[in-house]
Amino acid sequence: MSAHAAPAQSPVRRGWLSPLNRRRWDNFRANRRGWWSLWLFLAMFVLTLGSELIANDRPIVVSYKGELLFPAFVDYPETRFGGFLGMPIYTSDFMVKEIADNGWAIWPPIHFSYNTRDGLQPGSGATPPSWLLSRDEACARYPLEADDPNCNWSNFHWLGTDGEAHDVLARLLYGMRISILFGFTLTILSSVVGLVAGAVQGYFGGWVDLVFQRFIEIWTSIPALYLLLIISSVIAPTFWVLLGILLLFSWVSLVGIVRAEFLRGRNFEYITAARALGVSNATIMLRHLLPNAMVATLTFMPFILSGSVVTLTSLDLLGLGLEAGTPSLGDLLFQGKENLQAPWLGLTGFFAIAIIMTLLVFIGEAVRDAFDPRKAFA
Amino acid sequence: MTVPLLSVRDLSITFGANTATRNICFDIAPGETLALVGESGSGKSVTALSILRLLPPSARLTGEIVFKGQDLVTAPPAELRAVRGNDISMIFQEPMSSLNPVHTIERQIGEVLAVHRGLRPNAARARTLELLDAVGIADPRSRLAAYPHQLSGGQRQRVMIAMALANEPDLLVADEPTTALDVTVQAQILTLLKSLQQRLGMAMLFITHDLGIVRSIADRVCVMTNGDIVETGPVSTIFATPQHAYTRHLLAAEPKGTPPVSNPDAPTIVDVHDLKVWFPIKRGILRRTTGHIRAVDGVDLTIRQGETLGVVGESGSGKSTLGYALLRLVPSTGTIVVLGNALQQRSWKAMRALRADLQIVFQDPFGSLSPRLSVDQIIGEGLAVHRPHLTAAERDARVVTALGEVGLPPESRYRYPHEFSGGQRQRIAIARAMVLEPKFVVLDEPTSALDVSIQAQVVDLLRELQRRHGLTYMFISHDLKVVRALANRLIVMRNGKIVEQGEAADIFSAPQSDYTRTLMAAAFNVAVLAPDGLPRTVEQPPTVAPS
Repeated sequence: MSAHAAPAQSPVRRGWLSPLNRRRWDNFRANRRGWWSLWLFLAMFVLTLGSELIANDRPIVVSYKGELLFPAFVDYPETRFGGFLGMPIYTSDFMVKEIADNGWAIWPPIHFSYNTRDGLQPGSGATPPSWLLSRDEACARYPLEADDPNCNWSNFHWLGTDGEAHDVLARLLYGMRISILFGFTLTILSSVVGLVAGAVQGYFGGWVDLVFQRFIEIWTSIPALYLLLIISSVIAPTFWVLLGILLLFSWVSLVGIVRAEFLRGRNFEYITAARALGVSNATIMLRHLLPNAMVATLTFMPFILSGSVVTLTSLDLLGLGLEAGTPSLGDLLFQGKENLQAPWLGLTGFFAIAIIMTLLVFIGEAVRDAFDPRKAFA
Repeated sequence: MTVPLLSVRDLSITFGANTATRNICFDIAPGETLALVGESGSGKSVTALSILRLLPPSARLTGEIVFKGQDLVTAPPAELRAVRGNDISMIFQEPMSSLNPVHTIERQIGEVLAVHRGLRPNAARARTLELLDAVGIADPRSRLAAYPHQLSGGQRQRVMIAMALANEPDLLVADEPTTALDVTVQAQILTLLKSLQQRLGMAMLFITHDLGIVRSIADRVCVMTNGDIVETGPVSTIFATPQHAYTRHLLAAEPKGTPPVSNPDAPTIVDVHDLKVWFPIKRGILRRTTGHIRAVDGVDLTIRQGETLGVVGESGSGKSTLGYALLRLVPSTGTIVVLGNALQQRSWKAMRALRADLQIVFQDPFGSLSPRLSVDQIIGEGLAVHRPHLTAAERDARVVTALGEVGLPPESRYRYPHEFSGGQRQRIAIARAMVLEPKFVVLDEPTSALDVSIQAQVVDLLRELQRRHGLTYMFISHDLKVVRALANRLIVMRNGKIVEQGEAADIFSAPQSDYTRTLMAAAFNVAVLAPDGLPRTVEQPPTVAPS
């Protein structure tokens, strides 16, 4: 693109946004609901990206005998702290005392990670959120009960625990992160594949188009759920395996619109003009036709993203999703289904999903309206 | 003047911050034809639409539109509906899109009758037949069940007129009713409108940009520019002694001048033999080819260096397809030799090397520039393909030179096409072709989407560029006035075949074929072919043929 860079001395140099895109951006910002939803969603996303710093059973920074250690990111053997073997349990009385004697530690606000079992939990099964309990009830599990120094806010279960004594808030943070990241990756990959496939079909038309379209019709008639059942019985579905399988079927969603845009666009006069200039097919598709298709693609993206999040959640709920033990929104809902006596599990999962979906749909609506040509040119 | 039928007072229309018209006033007497003339963007169509309050909701109207004592600006929707299509009716510019493609003609005309007169289907059908007959549709009975796509452009416009006249309105608003039509059809439609007006005694507000039409059809004329009516008066006075500078400018704006004299001994650079572009018609499940649409059917032509070959014909005559086929933008058969290279055998990749020498300028400056690229990206694109060794600075310098040649300032290269007017956009399109220093340029109706005064400027520009660079043009147009100002030689096409060819001067002074004579008559005497001698036929002074 350097060829198009304007020389710096030019007085009318433009910003990086074309005027049209600037107007779309202004339209998007003018939609208060979508604009706030975007910020809320981004805040949530950034927050969950730092889950390790918020909910962890290891301190973030430890100063031990004059040495700075980062247990949240590095696995140190217990021998480092004068122990014997294995991995240190930083919440154990021994470690707390050892570190307090030889330095200091900065802990995250929640002292549980997604896989930390609260060993002091009386019996098994879910406990309600701490704010539903009196201080005596919440601290009953500690040796000194309400006077125990460990019975502090950081050790409360703000959203309760699930059937395996995991902290729900910690699992929610990690679960949202994996859901959104999965959704983003799936959306971007399937958009890229869909764009390329749609572009080729629409631009070349004829036999290419005919064969591809029939192929897509056959392909979409394969029941994806059965295929997932079969595959997950053979291999453990990790993040990337699941992504690959879902990608096999989700790329189709954009092909239709992109193909239609390219079919429409390839007879525009400026496309003929570019062909008359001798511009290659790839360049024409990339520079002249893709921007037209981008409007439709960007409009659909938030909706595809929310669809991807829902897909992963439902697979996890059915037990066909990520490996057992992985925190996810679907797993939370599954726990809620298994522990009907603990409604906070199901409610937490429900509200988390509902809020993410609502925000994404609001953002999607705002994007759609911002790209609406009748509004963009008004 | 008697009591006016329609009286517009201080009408101002604004769209947000933009003012479309400012305090315009005019009257129409019963039975009179008032022409509203102006270039695009002058506010004439907005004025026409405002009379029936058909403007989009974002428009704000102030002032008065009094029709038969009723102010339409403040009238409630129910009263407006009673006026629309009944007392005042309208014909639109584009007959392709103003008829609903999914309904038959009978239904569309019948709807107007049912809404305003409550006619039952049988009565409506009788009236529809009567109307179709009146607007000159042959064998109306068989046409009742036809859909718009089964009719030609002229027939569609006749159906629109029949719809407009269905309830014998007192005022007919015609918004550029002939602009989208070929010249010969245009003459027929104007004749029809004039004779119907005489018969029914209705008034007509005729909106056009074509002064020839005004001269032949209107009683009085209002000249509009930038939302103001700058001059009003009887047609004869305005044309004889225009007072306002803009009117004089408009009257003087027709393309003038003669093409540069070409050298008859110059080498032939384009030689085409038996060129055919046939589009197959496929039928049935097996898509067997049952026939062909012969868009270009066996054309032979040669073009010498430095000359301009004019290609004229009505829409559908295959003249644009011929231009595309020459540059191999559509597949064709036959031999094409350009600058000594046989083009047909070349692959698409091998063609690329030649494309710098063969350029094309398209008809629609709004469609031929990508709205998402800045002007310097648009002009620089060809350079990036054909002169890849240029540095960014050198390329930028060439873009600036090309812009200068077409009369645009260098700063304009950072702007986007939508920031330019139609004429400026066409200059950008010309700069895109010229920056590659081509030898042969196909000009596909480069002026037909532009206003008259802009047309003249673009024609002058093209002639200047030809003189300066020794360019060879193939100039495709349906507008004979423009062709006369540019072409050395001429071919006249009809249904994909050449009906006449020769020196432009000879053809203009003594056309040989009947078809050419009809074209010339329709183009140069915008004739209302009078059946009873009532309407005027305005002869323009005989043109001085280029020597």
